[in-house]
Amino acid sequence: MASSDQTVLQFSPSSASLLAKVHPLVIFNICDCFVRRPDQAERIIGTLLGSVLPDGTVDVRNCYAVPHSESQDQVALDIDYHHNMLSSHQKVNPKEVIVGWFSTGFGVSGGSALIQEFYSRETSNPIHLTIDTGFQNGKASIKGFVSVHLSLGDQPLAAQFQEIPLDLCMIEAERVGFDMLKTTTVDKLPNDLEGMEASMERLLALIDDVHKYVDDVVEGRLPQDNKTGRFIADTVATIPKLSPQAFDKLVNDGLQDQLLLLYLASLTRTQLSFAEKLNTAAQIL
Amino acid sequence: MANPTGRSFLQVAATEEAVAPPLRVVQIEGLVILKIIKHCQEFSPALVTGQLLGLDVGSVLEVTNCFPFPVREEDEEIEAEGANYQLEMMRCLREVNVDNNTVGWYQSTLFGSYQTVELIETFMNYQENIKRCVCIIYDPSRSNQGVLALKALKLSDSFMELYKSNNFTGEKLREKNLSWVDIFEEIPIKVSNSALISAFMTELEPDTPVTQCDYERLQLSTNPYLERNVEFLIECMDDLSMEQQKFQFYYRNLSRQQAQQQAWLQKRRTENMARKAAGEELLPEEDPSNPVFKPLPEPSRLDSFLITNQISNYCNQINGVAGQSLSRLHLMKALHEN
Repeated sequence: MASSDQTVLQFSPSSASLLAKVHPLVIFNICDCFVRRPDQAERIIGTLLGSVLPDGTVDVRNCYAVPHSESQDQVALDIDYHHNMLSSHQKVNPKEVIVGWFSTGFGVSGGSALIQEFYSRETSNPIHLTIDTGFQNGKASIKGFVSVHLSLGDQPLAAQFQEIPLDLCMIEAERVGFDMLKTTTVDKLPNDLEGMEASMERLLALIDDVHKYVDDVVEGRLPQDNKTGRFIADTVATIPKLSPQAFDKLVNDGLQDQLLLLYLASLTRTQLSFAEKLNTAAQIL
Repeated sequence: MANPTGRSFLQVAATEEAVAPPLRVVQIEGLVILKIIKHCQEFSPALVTGQLLGLDVGSVLEVTNCFPFPVREEDEEIEAEGANYQLEMMRCLREVNVDNNTVGWYQSTLFGSYQTVELIETFMNYQENIKRCVCIIYDPSRSNQGVLALKALKLSDSFMELYKSNNFTGEKLREKNLSWVDIFEEIPIKVSNSALISAFMTELEPDTPVTQCDYERLQLSTNPYLERNVEFLIECMDDLSMEQQKFQFYYRNLSRQQAQQQAWLQKRRTENMARKAAGEELLPEEDPSNPVFKPLPEPSRLDSFLITNQISNYCNQINGVAGQSLSRLHLMKALHEN
């Protein structure tokens, strides 16, 4: 944009709307590293791994801590360690590349610009993730930044950290179950049927909630809301309309299939114990 | 100094080791679970492995971290590189104060088909260096149904003894009273999280009442999964019947040999009788050089044990999933009637 003969004060890269997706593993890993940090260290710093999706979203999937030493205005990263760890990680998953770096603490601090500069040499436009492990505002704040350089012609003047929206993908954590990850100890993994029971209970509670809401609206206790109403109508409409006979047949067929399988499985098990008994009997000969 | 009984520290250490309590619980950090799932899921359906790091505290084995292994290659040069990788990774992790003690390994599996000779061999390898180790098995195919399919396994002590002597004859097994159920021991898993993580998760938990887990659990179509399971079950049954045939063959040969031995002995006795009558020297009643007395090798029962284990595992899975589907169908029926 800037013509060559004019010196123009400009920001680069221009603040493109970036989005970063952070997977729960990253948060877990950073927390774990923070808990295990060396005695005198106040914070931990490390590398974020992941990939840049075609639409420009940065997908942060993995991370590792890098030892560092910090004095008043200086930060020294163990660059050898960083490179060793990177090559180890890439042996396992070559698709994961450096996308940025993280540090614990609240927001950007003084040394951040230096580290950001180091990471800009490793990858273009690194993102900076800060996780506030001290809960300074009384809540868990996780922030992402990109740096924007202010330059006068070719002369870099300053770097500015610009906050970018973060998307915490909790789907993986949901798969494991928040009950598992939220508490400090869980004595036992839930088995199939217990999980099923919990899900069904939640479903029933939801249906009850909707029921109550609809009743309240019909009786005028709550203001009506077209949006919600459409949503509920759509949901109800997704239940396929089947004649009772056809539905009965469908359910019964399903039931019978399952029962047949159960029968087969128990039959097989009986066979196994028979076979074992017969084999031991044969040995006595 | 504080040694009133006059025993040396070494002795004390030795006796303490001897009475080490058996492994009761495997305590896994949430971080490890997420790491294992990430690694296994990313490479599924290829099977992957990794190392578990942690501490051995009394009857609890704490797994506090883990790292993945690169996909294994057959080439020997690359294998050496794999060992290097392992050392390098351990060194790096030690620098950031991660527990630097191997406690076992994890691996992914498909449809729970993990009972193989390889698993036992790996286990024996680990066991040589680490007294107490576990294998954590994760099944990505099952996790699509909203189940956290993690299992911690170890080989039972009696089985390991037997495996070391490599003696899987019927007699030995009967002596030890070992059946196929006793090969693997499943150890209950406990999940632990640091207080910091717990705080973060409580804060970050989205307040939607429905989670991914619930969606997946309430999926109605489990048929493909069941079909695959039954297919594998049938294959295993074929294998098992092959093994059975081997044994039948062995027993048939054995009884034929015994009959031959009897006949030979009979002949020898009548001959001896005739010699006695004639006043000649008696011939010995045993003749090791005779091929009839050569013992027949008994086929190992290890394979059939493993297959049996496998089959019972498939049966369990079918039972579990079918049970779930039954409740789902009933739920759907109730919903529809409303």
